[in-house]
Amino acid sequence: MTCLPAKTDKKLGLAIDLDTCVGCNACVTACKGWNDQGYGAPLSDQNPYGADPSGTFLNRVHSYQVQPADAAAITVNFPRSCLHCDDAPCVTVCPTGASYKRAEDGIVLVNEDACIGCGLCAWACPYGARELDAVAGVMKKCTLCVDRIYNENLPEEDREPACVRSCPTGARHFGDFADPDSKVSRLTAERGGFALMPEMGTNPVNRYLPPRKKDALDASPLAPLLDIKATGFAGWLDRMLGKI
Amino acid sequence: MTQVRLNTSPKVSDEIRRTTCYMCACRCGINVHLKDGRVSYIEGNRDHPVNKGVLCAKGASGIMQVTAPSRLRAPLRRVGPRGSGAFEEISWDEALDLAVKWMKPLRDTAPEKLAFFTGRDQSQSLTGWWAQAFGTPNYAAHGGFCSVNMAAGGIYTIGGAFWEFGQPDWDRTKLFVLFGVAEDHDSNPIKIGLGKLKARGGRVIGVNPIRSGYNAVADDWFGITPGTDGLLIVSLIHCLLEAGKVDLPYLAQFTNAPLLVVNDGPEKGMILKNAESQPFVIDRRTGQPAPWDGKGVEPDLGATWQGHRTVFQHMAERYLSPDYAPEAVADRCGIPAARIRSLAAELARVAFDEAFVLNQPWTDFRGNRHASMPGRPVSFHAMRGISAHSNGFQTARALHLLQIVLGTVEVPGGYRLKPPYPKPVDAHPTPHAISTPGKPLPGPHLGYVRSPEQLAVDVNGNPLRIDKAFSWENPFSAHGLMHMLIPNAHAGDPYRIDTLFLYMANMAWNSSMNTAEVMRMLTDKDADGEYVIPRIIYSDAYASEMVAYADLILPDTTYLERHDCISLLDRPISEPGAAGDSIRWPVVEPDRDVRGFQSVLLDLGARLGLPGMVNEDGSPKFADYADYIVNHLRRPGVGPLIGWRGDGSDAGRGAPNPQQLNRYIENGGFFQAHVPEEGAFYKPWNAEYQDWAVKIGLYETPQPYLFSIWSEPMRRFQAAAEGIGPIQPPDHLRDRLKQAMDPLPTWYPPFGQETAADYPIHALTQRPMDMYHSWGSQNAWLRQIRGRNYLYLPTKIWTEQGFAEGDYARLTSPTGTIVAPVAHMAALNDNTVWTWNAIGKRKGAWALDEAAPEATTGFLLNHLIPECLPGDGRLSNSDPVTGQAAWFDLRVRIERVGPRPHAEPAFGPIPRVVPQGMERAHPSSDALGVSSGDPRRAAQPTRSGGGLQR
Amino acid sequence: MHPAPSVILFTVLSGLGFGFLAALGLGIVQPAGWAAFALWGLGYGLAVGGLLASTTHLGRPDRAWRAFSQWRSSWLSREGIAAVATLLMLAPVALSDWLGLGWSRWPGIIGAVLALATIGTTSMIYAQLKTVPRWNHWTTPAQFFAFALAGGAMLAGQGAWAVILLVILAASLVAHWYFGDRRFAEVGATMGSATGLGALGAVSVFDPAHTAGNYLLREMIYVVGRKHVAKLRVLALVLACLIPGLILLAVAHPMATAAAVLTHLIGAFAARWLFFAQAEHVVGLYYGKR
Repeated sequence: MTCLPAKTDKKLGLAIDLDTCVGCNACVTACKGWNDQGYGAPLSDQNPYGADPSGTFLNRVHSYQVQPADAAAITVNFPRSCLHCDDAPCVTVCPTGASYKRAEDGIVLVNEDACIGCGLCAWACPYGARELDAVAGVMKKCTLCVDRIYNENLPEEDREPACVRSCPTGARHFGDFADPDSKVSRLTAERGGFALMPEMGTNPVNRYLPPRKKDALDASPLAPLLDIKATGFAGWLDRMLGKI
Repeated sequence: MTQVRLNTSPKVSDEIRRTTCYMCACRCGINVHLKDGRVSYIEGNRDHPVNKGVLCAKGASGIMQVTAPSRLRAPLRRVGPRGSGAFEEISWDEALDLAVKWMKPLRDTAPEKLAFFTGRDQSQSLTGWWAQAFGTPNYAAHGGFCSVNMAAGGIYTIGGAFWEFGQPDWDRTKLFVLFGVAEDHDSNPIKIGLGKLKARGGRVIGVNPIRSGYNAVADDWFGITPGTDGLLIVSLIHCLLEAGKVDLPYLAQFTNAPLLVVNDGPEKGMILKNAESQPFVIDRRTGQPAPWDGKGVEPDLGATWQGHRTVFQHMAERYLSPDYAPEAVADRCGIPAARIRSLAAELARVAFDEAFVLNQPWTDFRGNRHASMPGRPVSFHAMRGISAHSNGFQTARALHLLQIVLGTVEVPGGYRLKPPYPKPVDAHPTPHAISTPGKPLPGPHLGYVRSPEQLAVDVNGNPLRIDKAFSWENPFSAHGLMHMLIPNAHAGDPYRIDTLFLYMANMAWNSSMNTAEVMRMLTDKDADGEYVIPRIIYSDAYASEMVAYADLILPDTTYLERHDCISLLDRPISEPGAAGDSIRWPVVEPDRDVRGFQSVLLDLGARLGLPGMVNEDGSPKFADYADYIVNHLRRPGVGPLIGWRGDGSDAGRGAPNPQQLNRYIENGGFFQAHVPEEGAFYKPWNAEYQDWAVKIGLYETPQPYLFSIWSEPMRRFQAAAEGIGPIQPPDHLRDRLKQAMDPLPTWYPPFGQETAADYPIHALTQRPMDMYHSWGSQNAWLRQIRGRNYLYLPTKIWTEQGFAEGDYARLTSPTGTIVAPVAHMAALNDNTVWTWNAIGKRKGAWALDEAAPEATTGFLLNHLIPECLPGDGRLSNSDPVTGQAAWFDLRVRIERVGPRPHAEPAFGPIPRVVPQGMERAHPSSDALGVSSGDPRRAAQPTRSGGGLQR
Repeated sequence: MHPAPSVILFTVLSGLGFGFLAALGLGIVQPAGWAAFALWGLGYGLAVGGLLASTTHLGRPDRAWRAFSQWRSSWLSREGIAAVATLLMLAPVALSDWLGLGWSRWPGIIGAVLALATIGTTSMIYAQLKTVPRWNHWTTPAQFFAFALAGGAMLAGQGAWAVILLVILAASLVAHWYFGDRRFAEVGATMGSATGLGALGAVSVFDPAHTAGNYLLREMIYVVGRKHVAKLRVLALVLACLIPGLILLAVAHPMATAAAVLTHLIGAFAARWLFFAQAEHVVGLYYGKR
């Protein structure tokens, strides 16, 4: 249904650590692979071996460069997927009720059977989280692997989104932001996790953990044992080995 | 309204089969999910020691590799001109008969006329053994083109290497320094480690001209000028020595620093030996000589005995030279002196001020008992960035020396080797290259040379091998020089060959130094109209660029359709605390007329009657590769796999166990034998470890050794170059041998400095984490991520020349010219440009559309790289010690040419050996979850590899 | 935003249609017999044709009926309901005009209000989107209403009113462009806020996510043809407002009205193409494009 729940019991989402993400794209293809055979229609690819390939992906990794005014430029890898917003505009614009936010855990989903593929939800999303599948004609988006996280056919330890399970650096954390003691809440608090484009008023659940301060190495130079020019190598050797 | 009811527990798959990934060289464990007998999903195996459940972008896209339309489908025989693509399908019997018809006469008359080289294969203990049985000296894999400087530099110095042969103590290290490009080897373990380190708040320092990938998450970035890493490292050593921040007890106990160097005479520069030919030390307690391995001896690092000084003195004297002061090297390295000093101070601070001990008693090889294990939480890793230079071997040695002076190798918090390493140079074989018609080669091809008499040269000093490995041109070429194979065979230098037998090596494209030249050589004909390289047999699973140039194609399976063993005889999956090996097994059956290459090789061996591959009655000894894996014995009790030997309870040594593969499959495809806790660190000197290594068959006797700060094997070659000794190098190589074979780690400028004024820019490639060499482009998912490559330009060049988005640049080296699309990168060394490796493809290859971006705007730097150094003598463009291809020495100049539609050079299409791919395969026609009854679903192809059309 | 022909056709034609239906419903013109059939038919044809055109924009047009369910939150759903309600409400009036049944015109008044509501809901589909700052402004409904009313008045042969409304339309277009050109900056979304990295320095793209194309790039990050914007704006003003106005002022003849309407339509298509092509979605920030 189209109206947003007044409050969700949980706020499931991801905390993504930009200080740790090396931009390897593991999450991208783990997501593609799982969701190609998981929730809803497959994630189709057009011209997969052609001149202009194009396919549906629910998670993509950008890479940005940031040039500070007076320091070396840095490179930041930046995974982008649905942020499962509290005030999800993609839900309220949906004319059919296909787009909805689950009351129990806050996951924003598309009921593909009710989706007419009008694309308005994708227009309403500031984050590019939704892609209309060219074959199925319905809107695809991150489900937070709703078919994994509660799946009793999976071992307990595997009940997390495919992107989180596959992330080699552990830069993606899954959990309940409504619980202040959860790992994602603690990480967000400790590391100053931020929301994307707050000016859009979407109140995203997902948080990004910022890169730590770079190029701040300031160890003072080592003091020489002695003045080698004055003592010669023999003097250095004596001082050096006298320490043993 | 009520919310949609959702089935949150859909069935995941019918079955999970656990095997080993082969989307790159990392060898991760994977869970392959199957639905209706087809692969439906691939994820990492949580129990697996390499990847612990995670999986990279390539691994998770394996399903698109197994169903790629580029897969070869049946054996092919060339029927038109080479390179024309005119092939006919033949049966396996015809194919194997033809191969035997070509090979058999060679074995009987001139085995060296067969050159057998493999690319990125993971069965080198089999392929090497086969080539040895055939009797040709001409065998190697692609290590010479890849990173032999890393391997050899490590083994000659610390008895183990970076690469995947060791790793930082990720659980304890606090400072991790990463040199060079390292994102495609050991990739998931490094990523896991970086994640652990970051989670603990540890510091990562990247030394790399390019700040991407691992360097993007580095806390500090040193954007060094390519080829000067060694200079930076010796400067760091300079700073540490100057301040006395070196680990003297470590140097005294575990390295050859206290050994004495002969001062003069014919043995000048050798380690001084006693009457029993043993090196010795001066005991601080007595001032008298004492055995190097004597119990309780306290070696004196500062000793001078009868005029002979210790290695430590030589070392300190060299690196304390003002020539290595940060202020003297800063400009060449492109790093301010203050930052070099700051880095040295940080290394010292963490190594010494944050030192700790593990409360783990242990006994060293001298018999001394230690109450605990001191730890120094500084670790390093490096790969091709420092090694693919003509000074790469010495740079790798220098980096190991830096680790040694900090006392951080094989200690808690430092760098740990993985079994079968540590292993001293002396425990490695020496190369064998003298062939006898009809006979096997007397020993393995590849090894570690210790002195000039072990070179693979004839009495006149001429190379015995086609690639000139182990000759005076590259004495320590432990992995061969695959990149010189085709150029040398074409030039008839040192001799002509008859049959080129290649496996999984894309020599006609990105796996050669100069692609256009190699394509020409492969099709070049003699005056008599015969091909200069008369016969080419090639095995590959996919329609790579090389396939079109072969005369006989033996189609391989994909990685999920085959047996393999990742063996301790080769490159195993060990961890610092465990020896480990693993297998692949056919989790799905091939749907084409293809066979695993290793089984084909054994079949060929049997047809050729090669020793070890036939029974006494001449019948084949092994039914297939799986049979070989279980039943082959390399030494008594030692076979390809160490797990579940004998009755299933033996590890390491034991009789063949017919149930072995089943036990591996039950265990997720791998086996581990754990190092006892007391043996976990200080392994080269740890009696507990040494005894364990003998027990599981890594060596026959304990092999403790000292790290080689001073390399005696190198000095033997340097001495020869100085005119000492009976075996002498050719005169034209003396100068470079004197420089390159310095027994102490050193730095000299990479070759080609004389062109620096005209070609001021360094041009590099990196391997993306989401692509493995050329394989990724045939993968429907990966090529969407990275189907185009750009030449990245630093801000300085971008603004100076007024580049804009959409522009192309002309790049010129002394060898050639390319025109390529550009992009701006801010975090890049000012004098460096780079691109992603092997994105550019030849039109018509890999079952891609000829208009695919990979084949239009995609490009390689290879066209700019020469095979040989300028001047006479066809000297390989390689490291003079190991023959490692020096592709990172490339220098260019650059000019803006504005927007273009196509990169240059633009080659015409190569004829297709498989049809162009149209639709991608789909794992399952029945998706899980809510949706069903979608009329459009019928349009989704469901047949594996379906939708092909010519 | 991608200027999809189906959506341009839909918004222009149905806007004109509902504007004209409003005029008919209000009885500004009261045709009878076959003239009524033709005029009401034109109104219905434009409105329904536009609606049908819009369904070709759907991934699953077979399920378009589902769009009526979410009137409580969705402007698109409200639009569908309002459109259908308008068409139903006006049907008896149209029938009565055609067949001379003399039925009450009250449904016509209500239908006219509904028609205007439909135009309002259509405009709100765009105006509600914070993600497209250019649209997220009062000038969007102003422009839609002005188009519908001016077009309706022209079709209704109300020359004088039409001229006034064309002037208002011109003003609304100019206002939309004037404010629209400033909206993105006003909203304040930047690559810095999109990535959250703005505090660290100047953010730019190093590598795009995927070198291959995708739905977002095609649908929301349409940057083709923007360099012709100034020319197109003049053309739109001239064709949609100036020339029709001049024609109406100069000649009072049904053929002149037809010419004015056709010229107006061409101008309306140009203006609507601009409406989409110039609209920059904030997601473009992730790609360093707007």
